[in-house]
Formats: sequence, C-alpha cells, structure tokens
Amino acid sequence: MSSTLEHDPRVIAERAGLRGLGAEYGRRIRQGDIGQLPVVVGLVVIGTIFQLASHGVFLNPFNLVNLTLQMAAGGTISVGIVLVLLLGEIDLSAGVVSGLCAAIMAIANVQVGLPAPVAIGLGLVAGMAVGALQGVWITRFGIPSFVVTLAGLIAWQGALLRVLGKTGTVNLRDPFITALAGTFFTGPAAYACAAVFLAYVAIGPLVTHRRRRAAGLTVPPLAFVAVRAIAISAFVIGVVVVLDADRGISSGLLFLVGCVIVMDFVLRRLRFGRMIYAIGGNAEAARRAGIPVQRVRALVFLLASLFAGWGGILGASRLLAVNQSAGQGDVLLNAIAAAVIGGTSLFGGRGSVWAALLGIMVIQSISNGMDLLSLSSSIKFMITGGVLLSTVTIDAVLRRNRAATSR
Amino acid sequence: MTQNKTNETPSLLLEMRGISKRFGAVQALTDVRFDVSSDEVVALVGDNGAGKSTLIKLISGIYRPDAGTVRWQGREVSVGSPNDAAALGIATVYQDLALCDNLDVVANLFLGHELATRGGPLAVMDEFAMEHRAVEVLRRLSVKIPSVRIPIASLSGGQRQSVAVARSVLGDNKVVLLDEPTAALGVAQTHEVLELIKRLRDEGLGVVLISHNLADVFAVADRITVLRLGRWVGTYDAKATGREQLVALMTGAVPGTAEAHAGSPAAAAPPAEDVTP
Repeated sequence: MSSTLEHDPRVIAERAGLRGLGAEYGRRIRQGDIGQLPVVVGLVVIGTIFQLASHGVFLNPFNLVNLTLQMAAGGTISVGIVLVLLLGEIDLSAGVVSGLCAAIMAIANVQVGLPAPVAIGLGLVAGMAVGALQGVWITRFGIPSFVVTLAGLIAWQGALLRVLGKTGTVNLRDPFITALAGTFFTGPAAYACAAVFLAYVAIGPLVTHRRRRAAGLTVPPLAFVAVRAIAISAFVIGVVVVLDADRGISSGLLFLVGCVIVMDFVLRRLRFGRMIYAIGGNAEAARRAGIPVQRVRALVFLLASLFAGWGGILGASRLLAVNQSAGQGDVLLNAIAAAVIGGTSLFGGRGSVWAALLGIMVIQSISNGMDLLSLSSSIKFMITGGVLLSTVTIDAVLRRNRAATSR
Repeated sequence: MTQNKTNETPSLLLEMRGISKRFGAVQALTDVRFDVSSDEVVALVGDNGAGKSTLIKLISGIYRPDAGTVRWQGREVSVGSPNDAAALGIATVYQDLALCDNLDVVANLFLGHELATRGGPLAVMDEFAMEHRAVEVLRRLSVKIPSVRIPIASLSGGQRQSVAVARSVLGDNKVVLLDEPTAALGVAQTHEVLELIKRLRDEGLGVVLISHNLADVFAVADRITVLRLGRWVGTYDAKATGREQLVALMTGAVPGTAEAHAGSPAAAAPPAEDVTP
C-alpha cells in the first residue's frame, strides 16, 4: 500500500530535495517546533568563544572530562523537569529534593551503617514518596503545581536540615557510593559505550527509514537522515577520543545519557509517553480520549522527584559529601534552564528529553568557561540569567507566531 | 475495513422516547423523541435554548435522562457515562474538536486507543500499523491533508474538523454526533466537511448533525428533527420540507407534528418516523 494522500495545494507546496526540506524546516520553526538545531549552534558558539578566550584550555581533554562530571547531577534532575514541563506544569522542589535524597542516603550509609546499595535505594524511595505526595496533592485538590512544589521547596528544605541534624556535613567514604559517579571507562570500554549510544541515535533512525520505506510509508530523503547520522557520529566519536585522552568517560555521564535514552524511548514509543504529550497539548482532549489524566500527572511528578533524587545522589557521589546547602542555590534553576534551553516549551506538549542533555551541556559549558576565565560570581549569575531569559523569550515569541501562523 | 458497508436495508440504531431532563428549575427537555438509523443523516435543529445540546449530551452519556427510554438496536439500554456511549458505538465530535495541536494526525486519530501488540500504558505503540490505518481511512473519506505526520497545529479549520470526524470512523462506531461541525469554517471548507458527512452515511453510519446553518442541513440531511423550547416539534423528511416551513417550525410560527391540527401547513410534511420502523 502506498501512503500518498490527496494533496491540498493551498496548504503546503511540497517541494522535492533539499529546498523542500529547507522550506519544511522553516515552517516548523515558525510554528515553534524549533527542534535541537539552535542549541547545537549555541554550543558551537559557546565552545568557540571560550576556547579562544581561555587560550585553548576549554576544549582540552582534562577540562572536558571535568565538564562531563559537572553535567551528570544537573542533567539528571533536568530529565525530570522536562517531563513535568511537557505536561505544562513545573516542579520547583526538584533541587531541594535532590539534596534531601542525597542526605537520606548519606545518613543511612554513614551514621546508620546500612550497606551502600540499601542506602541509595532508601534515597530513591524517599524521592518517589515526595513526588507521589506532591503529585497526588496537585491532582487531588486541583492546586497549581507551582504552588504545591513551592511549598515543597520550603518544606523539604526543612526536612533536609532535620535529616542532617547537628552534623551539618556528612562525608562519604563508602567505595560503592564514591564509585557511582567517579568510575571511568577508557579505551575499548569507552568506544563500546559510544557504539551503543550511536546505535540508538544514529543507526536507529536509518533502520527506521528503511523499514518505513519497505512498509510503503512516506520517508524523508535518505540523504537527510544519513547526513544527520554522520554528523552525530562524528561529534560523538570526536568527544570520546578527546575524553579518552584524559580519564575517559565517567559513569556519571553514562548514567545521565542512559536516563535520557530510556526516557526518550518511553516518550516516543510507549503509550504512556503519548499520554504525556497529549495532556501537555490539550488536557481536555486527552480526558475525552479516555486518558487517565490525573493519574498520569501524578505519576510524572513522582518520576520528576525520582530523577531529582538520583541526580542528587550522583552529585553527592562526585562531591564526596552532603551538607546543609545540598540542592540549593542554582541547582533548581540550572535544571529548569537546561530543559528550556534545550528546546522544551514552558507551555507544555513540545520538546524532548534530549533537551536535558543538550541544555545542561550549554549551562555547564558557560559555567565552566567562566570559571576558567576567573569571572566573579556576580557576572556569572547575570550571564546565566541572561541566557535563560533569552531562551524563554525565543520560546514565547515562537509560540505567538505559532498562534498567528496556524491555519 | 472498519465499517461493514451495509447494502442491506437501514436498521434502526438509536431510539429515544419520552425523554425529559431537568436542571434545577429549568425543564430542559420534555417528552422528546429521537431516532437514528444506519445509512442516514439526521439533522437536529432548533433555536437557541431549544434543547439541542442537552439532547446530544444525553446521547453521548454526559447527562442521564430523568425520564424516558433509550433503545439501542432494539434493546433498552442506560447510557450513564461517555464510556457507556463509546462502548455502544456512539462517537461525539465536539464543537471545540478535542484535538491535540502538538501531536500529528496519526497520533490524534488514535489518541487514547493507540495500536500495540498488548494493552496497558507501557505497551510499545505500533506506529506503522497506525499510519497505514490512518492513511487508509483518510483516503477512503477523501480527507485532504498534506501529510499524516504533520502536527494538527499546521492544518486549516476544515482539515482539523475532518480529522476529528475521521477519528470517529476509526473506532468501529455506528452513530456519530457532530456538534456544529461547520460553525467556524469558510465556504470551501464547509463544502469539504459536508462531503465528508455524506461519505460517513455511505459508509453505513448513522450521523446526527446539529447545525444552525439551514443550508448545511438541507445539503446533507435525510431527516430533520425540530426541537422548540425543550419539546419535540416533529421529524420531517428533508426533501419534502421547505426552508420557510422549517423556520416556521423552529420558531413556533406553525405547529409541528406533535401538536398538529388537520389543515395546518405542517401537515403537508408527513412525520418521518412513519417511514422507518
């Protein structure tokens, strides 16, 4: 069966070849479906600026490995933030919850003396419990997530202080916990990781393209898919070569990328993922279609807190300690900024979980680069705020254009 | 094929008798009767406040009637929730469409009923099967859209309406309720949707059309049920009824079948119930 429909010439004059693709991409941008291209361009610009400004230090292997270590915790928290943003909601408690979960793990391991895996499990269960409570509260009483998670931000801050007690700071020495984010893979192991990653992001679409054509469905030009696959492969292999020249690929980075791939699959291929997009796009339509809107919402808040907790634990593993300021300061802001910079709409229904990975890369690159240049905190905060504001502005402007161009 | 294209005689699907519904002090419907058979388009007309929306919501299970009987294919049923109506095979296309702008056409057509090898929210969706089915149904209904993988946000009003209507065909439904499907559309788009409604009838579905636009009603309807002030005025053969006559019935300028006197103008239009058993 061929899948050609009767075309309506008034709507879209489909043109063949790359010009047609360009027109198609332009249309998508005007409709606010910006995809990942802007953030990739942004990364290149940021990389170039800092590489020049730091006289070649920014892109050297040692610094890039540091960058991947800095990304792990915030990126994982941001994965959860992307999920709530897709619903059109927000989770302001994610930062503090990450600190709380890390603190529970640390106390369970260091003071109670539980084995590390059990302590980590406790931290994650605590995260899920927090998320479930917030999710049920939001859906049951119909209170905006902004308010419930703001209350959570304050309350879980108190819980964090309570858990840490008089100690203030707990140092982590358990080898299992310290190895969590700080194990490195070099040589063949590193390239094996890269191969698995590329199989999913580069080879996967090529296989899908073939299967679609075999099934008689419409396909974009093969060149388009192939160029994308080659570009991604070149970038990833280049990164692995550079990382391998220093300590290699850190387990923290692998955990982050693993979370992104798993959630990407969930969002794109499972019914559950489709439900999340549907609710974010039009909750009433989702309800009428028989989707259990409130249950999905509650579950997404649970997942967001779970990812926050896991991110907090990875962060603690890197810093080898949990203290009273864990999960505070810019942790929450970075996670939300990363999701938005990566292309997730604040208004729900648009974006992908890759936003978390690409966005945290941008945020941490800026932070890392400014550290290299020894800029003061005052300037760092202002620049990070400026980047966030401009990204949200782009989202809002595109959204308005979308309203204007939707026919 | 989803629909069994019935070449047999049309069969009576939904039969409502003596339907009443009250909201507090407001008697929205009093002793209303309504029928839909397969292979026909029944228009439901009436001035504002006539009770059209209330009747539609009773059929689609949003409200429950206070009194009266509802028969589905001859069997008495109680439609207490939208799920009950869906289980019987009654689909409603709402005025505000209930589509997700951010999702593509295929995703919207299968929203809530995605194809997969197994049930449950953790099932992997079968995108190929969904896309094939979507293309097949859209082509059968001659719905014109640029691509089934285009987000709904990029479609015109008529195309959106067509997608919303096509969704009701996918789900093995027998009766489709269309609430003001042409209200916000231009001339060409209205024509498109009206053609689509005719094709639904040709597929063997019973179509209930609510519209303020009498031109649309006469263009597609086989029978016309008129409500006024919550009461059933009558059901008329569309071909044997004139436009002025219909307006007179809607406004109460002339009495309908329900209160017909011999010699009144309305008697010229015989009640259509007598035609279909």
